[in-house]
Amino acid sequence: MSKSDPNAPKRLALIASKGTLDWAYPPFILATAAGAMGWEVGIFFTFFGLPLLKPVLTTQVTPIGNPAMPMKMPFGPEGFQGINWPIPQMVMTNVPGFNALATTLMKQTFENKGVASIEELRQMAIELDVRMIGCQMTMDVFGFKREDFIKECEIGGAATFLEYAADADVQLFV
Amino acid sequence: MTDVIKEDQVLDCSGMLCPMPVVKASKAMKELQSGQVLKMIATDPGAPPDMEAWSRQTGNELLRSLTEEGKFIFFLRKK
Repeated sequence: MSKSDPNAPKRLALIASKGTLDWAYPPFILATAAGAMGWEVGIFFTFFGLPLLKPVLTTQVTPIGNPAMPMKMPFGPEGFQGINWPIPQMVMTNVPGFNALATTLMKQTFENKGVASIEELRQMAIELDVRMIGCQMTMDVFGFKREDFIKECEIGGAATFLEYAADADVQLFV
Repeated sequence: MTDVIKEDQVLDCSGMLCPMPVVKASKAMKELQSGQVLKMIATDPGAPPDMEAWSRQTGNELLRSLTEEGKFIFFLRKK
């Protein structure tokens, strides 16, 4: 349970504060990898990270305001796939459905390369007994109810997470 | 390569990227008895350092790791 027990497994405490597709990956990748190594893992889902606990995930990604994001095609010959398309800001902001397109391309690229989806990683995290804590304050602010989230998570506040993190070997804010 | 290691179970993680190889390996390891050997195959170039770290963290011994025709092969003994 705590560090007073020398035989206790290592513990990882994560904060997931962002809900876009790109930022949803790090907490779930780290949580499942740590769980696979026998570590105890807890994730506190807060602010825009909280919707990652919804039963159906609708994570999106956009290159708008995110200039480091490559815009590449997930199909065609290798040379074509390697092109980083220079999409003008005007197009990104004015073309309806641009975010949906960018998200589809990114998801397809991930799938082609053999990266698990966020849904798959979250399911694995559940199987590895990763403790998932949804932020009560964020629920209150954005008007979420307990039943909006998967049954495997619990609801708590900053003190709940900090008590868990106090005994963690690794603590990360994502 | 002298002695031959006899595996009890084979796990093919070809085509999978991080963190799937370690997650799948840990899942497969749970099905084995202490002392049994898992042969794991991966194509992820990140797998060799990750499987070494996984072995150190879990205490399951990495008996041997080798590269064959672009594939990484690991023999892991359950502690």
